[in-house]
Amino acid sequence: MDLIKLTIDNVPVEVEPGTTILKAAEKVGIKIPTLCYMELPDVGVINNPGACRMCVVDIGGPRLFPACATTCTPNMVVKTNSPRVLNARRTVMQLILSDHPADCLLCAKNDDCELRKLAAEMGVHELPFVENCKQSHYKKSTSPSINRDQDKCIMCRRCETMCNEVESVGAIGAINRGFNAVVATAFERPLVDSNCVFCGQCVAVCPTGALTEVNNNPEVLEAIADPTKTVIVETAPSIRAALGEEFGLEPGTLVTGKMVAALRRIGFDYVFDTDFAADMTIMEEGSELVDRLTRVAKGDKSVKLPLFTSCCPAWVNFCENEYPEMLDNLSTAKSPMEMFGPVAKSMYADKLGIKRENLVVVSVMPCVAKKFERQRPEFSKDGDSDVNIVITTRELARLIKINNIDFKSLPDEDFDAPMGESTGGAVIFGNTGGVMEAAVRVAYELVTGKKPEKVEFDEVRGFEGVRMATIDFAGTPVNVAVAHELRNARKLVEMVKSGKYNLAACEVMACPGGCIGGAGQPFHHGDSNILIARHNAIYREDENKKCRRSNENKQLAEVYKEFLGKPLAGRAHELLHTRYFDRHRI
Amino acid sequence: MAEYKNYILVCGGTGCRASRSSELVEELNKQLKIYQLENDAKVLTTGCFGFCEKGPNVKIIPDNTFYTRVKPEDAEEIVKEHILKGRKVQRLLYLDPDTNKHISDDKHMEFYKKQVRIALRNCGFIDPENIKESIERDGYAALGKVLTELTPEQTIDIILKSGLRGRGGAGFPTGKKWAIASKSVAKPKYVICNADEGDPGAFMDRSILEGDPHSVLEAMAICGYCIGAEHGLIYVRAEYPLAIHRLQVAIKQAREYGLLGNDIMGSGFNFDVELRYGAGAFVCGEETALIHSMEGKRGEPTLKPPFPAVHGYLGQPSNVNNVETFANVPIIILKGADWFSSIGTATSKGTKVFALAGKINNVGLIEVPMGTTLREVIFDIGGGMKNGKKFKAVQTGGPSGGCLTEKHLDVPIDYDNLKAAGSIMGSGGMIVMDEDNCMVAVAKFYLEFIVGESCGKCSPCRIGNMRMLEILTKICDGKGTMDDLYELRDLAHVIKDTALCGLGQTSPNPVLSTLDNFWDEYVAHVRDHKCPAGVCKNLMEYHIDPAICVGCGACQRNCPADAISGEKRAPHTIDQSKCIKCGTCREKCKFGAISIQ
Repeated sequence: MDLIKLTIDNVPVEVEPGTTILKAAEKVGIKIPTLCYMELPDVGVINNPGACRMCVVDIGGPRLFPACATTCTPNMVVKTNSPRVLNARRTVMQLILSDHPADCLLCAKNDDCELRKLAAEMGVHELPFVENCKQSHYKKSTSPSINRDQDKCIMCRRCETMCNEVESVGAIGAINRGFNAVVATAFERPLVDSNCVFCGQCVAVCPTGALTEVNNNPEVLEAIADPTKTVIVETAPSIRAALGEEFGLEPGTLVTGKMVAALRRIGFDYVFDTDFAADMTIMEEGSELVDRLTRVAKGDKSVKLPLFTSCCPAWVNFCENEYPEMLDNLSTAKSPMEMFGPVAKSMYADKLGIKRENLVVVSVMPCVAKKFERQRPEFSKDGDSDVNIVITTRELARLIKINNIDFKSLPDEDFDAPMGESTGGAVIFGNTGGVMEAAVRVAYELVTGKKPEKVEFDEVRGFEGVRMATIDFAGTPVNVAVAHELRNARKLVEMVKSGKYNLAACEVMACPGGCIGGAGQPFHHGDSNILIARHNAIYREDENKKCRRSNENKQLAEVYKEFLGKPLAGRAHELLHTRYFDRHRI
Repeated sequence: MAEYKNYILVCGGTGCRASRSSELVEELNKQLKIYQLENDAKVLTTGCFGFCEKGPNVKIIPDNTFYTRVKPEDAEEIVKEHILKGRKVQRLLYLDPDTNKHISDDKHMEFYKKQVRIALRNCGFIDPENIKESIERDGYAALGKVLTELTPEQTIDIILKSGLRGRGGAGFPTGKKWAIASKSVAKPKYVICNADEGDPGAFMDRSILEGDPHSVLEAMAICGYCIGAEHGLIYVRAEYPLAIHRLQVAIKQAREYGLLGNDIMGSGFNFDVELRYGAGAFVCGEETALIHSMEGKRGEPTLKPPFPAVHGYLGQPSNVNNVETFANVPIIILKGADWFSSIGTATSKGTKVFALAGKINNVGLIEVPMGTTLREVIFDIGGGMKNGKKFKAVQTGGPSGGCLTEKHLDVPIDYDNLKAAGSIMGSGGMIVMDEDNCMVAVAKFYLEFIVGESCGKCSPCRIGNMRMLEILTKICDGKGTMDDLYELRDLAHVIKDTALCGLGQTSPNPVLSTLDNFWDEYVAHVRDHKCPAGVCKNLMEYHIDPAICVGCGACQRNCPADAISGEKRAPHTIDQSKCIKCGTCREKCKFGAISIQ
């Protein structure tokens, strides 16, 4: 089709049909301010309700139009900075600020607030309205993962788009009318009483302080300060690919060594790697898959296939809420974090000669659902949780800053032994498709008795919502599928339930792109290049690893030999596997 | 209708029913039985006659006698005198206020003289619950003609040429809308009737649905034929139980007669209609919000494009028209585009139904040709101002409209003239105000409505209207400044410029039109701290004139706030700090000693 020619602020521009004014303006270096608009094209996320009206432009009509959702037409004459537009935009900003608390200094989002930044850029410092004009007030609420302060909601609806469309959960939506309209759960019930899965994608995209993660840093500092406690920390695979952003490093900078150094300086007694536990997960889940496949081959009708991964706590919540009939398909293997906990609290506590309750396990996760997972009763012993505290990447960054550490100048340090070694298979857990690839790397060998010719399985990589692949297990084709974002998980489950697909294993991650796009990661503010940079960094880290298959982890082999025994059996079975619950509500 | 000598038509509209017209019907039937006249006269419950001011109304045909304010107790006299003896009951006839003479025939009543009834052609003439009566008055004849003689393109062409524009408010050409929907290739398609009449005081659509539901069903089927849809949906407010009931009866009867359903009139065309109930949100009259509400989602508008004609109900091509628009369609098909376009003005063809309300003598439902002036509507049809008060303003187009004044009275009513004057046609609400109405308070009243009815999706409408309301409240409280007036105007323009949907874009109209037309009244509130109309309580004080007061004590005894004191037979005084400005004292004073200052 022919290109469309138009002018924006007198600058001629040519665009493909269907291009929005916003995108066309970007092409010629005109940055129209936006607020509700957010797009992550690589992972298929878009929020453009045209609600905030910040991006209005003059196209010569009787009124102004939102640049984010108005497509270019031939010979259009767009003004983005006429007095009429500037006055309207300023007034709209003043209106939004007039219904927003002014406690920026104390706000959890403070420096990360898109509203505050935009208001500052626009130089809005006073409101022309009636003094002490009315502000909307709603009940504050909290949960194990997410704090909600809807007084700060600006109705951008990003959270709603994430919850309803991207995650297909539908825990929140707009309620009330007019001035009292706000995004809330049904009947304004607490999140824990809703069908929220705590993926936290609402938090990840909230432009203001309306939705924030629960801050668990005080508990970390308290534990470190307590001389009776030994405090150990584990860091999830995707932290190292994102943490640097909080210190001004380029997205995708790997900061594994600096992260370990920082954690030591903060005062953790031992610094371990969740990647070690991820290798353990692969050993268990891979063995479980092989076991199920073998039993099916022998005609055992009670075995459920495909086997779904269970590393992602939001996906587990989703499955329990929405698809209780699929619970037998979920791998009984715990998530890496929850495998690390009990092993540390038994094997490692014994080794240190301390009591279980005096060992505090802190997990650094890219995720807010992990905060929910941590407090599940089945992940505790005698009232003591296997993992005591979960903090996010963002919280860790704050912790580093609080402790006066100049992150960028830190030397690289190594994880402690014995739970510090990991393989490339564990690292790639951070990307969508990573668990499946790691599992295939090991299962191939378990099934065929031979090492696979290749170590990289490109067929399960990428950002497509549902990806199917057939892996050749030395002549036996094994069908696998990968889904990220729960809407795609829903699609995949429905495909499985249709019975038309002969799948052996499925991986599901709730967040866009997997854990690299987790709700605990540094805010991407709608820039999907950041997600891609993290994604690439994870694969780089994998390539740099000497060992790339989980069964090549020597420390892990040692732990199995000395402590756990064999996968699926004995102590491994007792400590590393769990069960699920039917939590279907309606 | 020739089986009986006489037909007694009793208005069964919601207004007249509220004034016991159902009881009247029962009583009339009872009296006919007593006087053994059951075979001579038949009582029919019809839709709205329009003359609600004087309801319940009763019409007797063939002689067209029009009785007003009829009570069930009057039934015997009507039967005994009129039906039995052929003598009109004089006291129930309409009394012309100018000549002070009884008028027996509605054709000679000022209220009806200038009206042309096209959309309301059957309202008040047929029993809406009897399809036969509709058919006798050419009901479904247009559908028959379309199905047997015309192609969809030819039919759309007739509607296009007729110049019919959407009666729901915006006035988009109906034929054009149909043409666009007909070109959408996706199937299935939907025909949607917007019966979410939300303007306060408006009851045009309700009256049509209550009085002539078949014309709407017929038009929807015609539209379905034109655009290639087999499904029709009527989105009707749940607060319209009578309209819903009559629609249900009409749909059932139409199905029984093969006028809805499969293979209508043997043409192979299938079309059926279902009802969807709305919860009464004003914003759901906006077509995208209406569609979302029907889908079970939150009733809030989305950006257009995509228009419903491309992406509507369940994502399928949908054509949304208002009730009154549909009611015009069958008669246009039967009488032709030229006939219709000969009525009205250059840009607005046909007639428009208005719900006349406010400080006017003849409150009711009227239908006039486009081009009729506001003066004709208010002073001829409406019978002028109540209690001889002075006309001040007329609000057209509901809460989204503007307030027009004396200088606009001779403007011929049509879409474009009203818009140019700073108001809108809207769905046809028309509220007349007199000198006792404070225009600042009126603007505030409409804004209160808008603030409650905004969906809250876009910032200008959600927050901006609240800020405007706050400024207006401040002005009404006597605390406004001139800066507030300028801010109010600026804010109103920004909201108009930036709001997402029609509701928000028109919500500043009452404010802007009163600012334009009643600037002095705003200034009086702000600068002089006076409400010239004596409405804004915080801007007025009641005072007792000691020269007139005789000290009877009536005011003191009736004051609910104990604010009045004084010795017997000596002038009394009002303690302003206690006065709640209820006005009771002024009402009770027989000597006119109490005034508002």
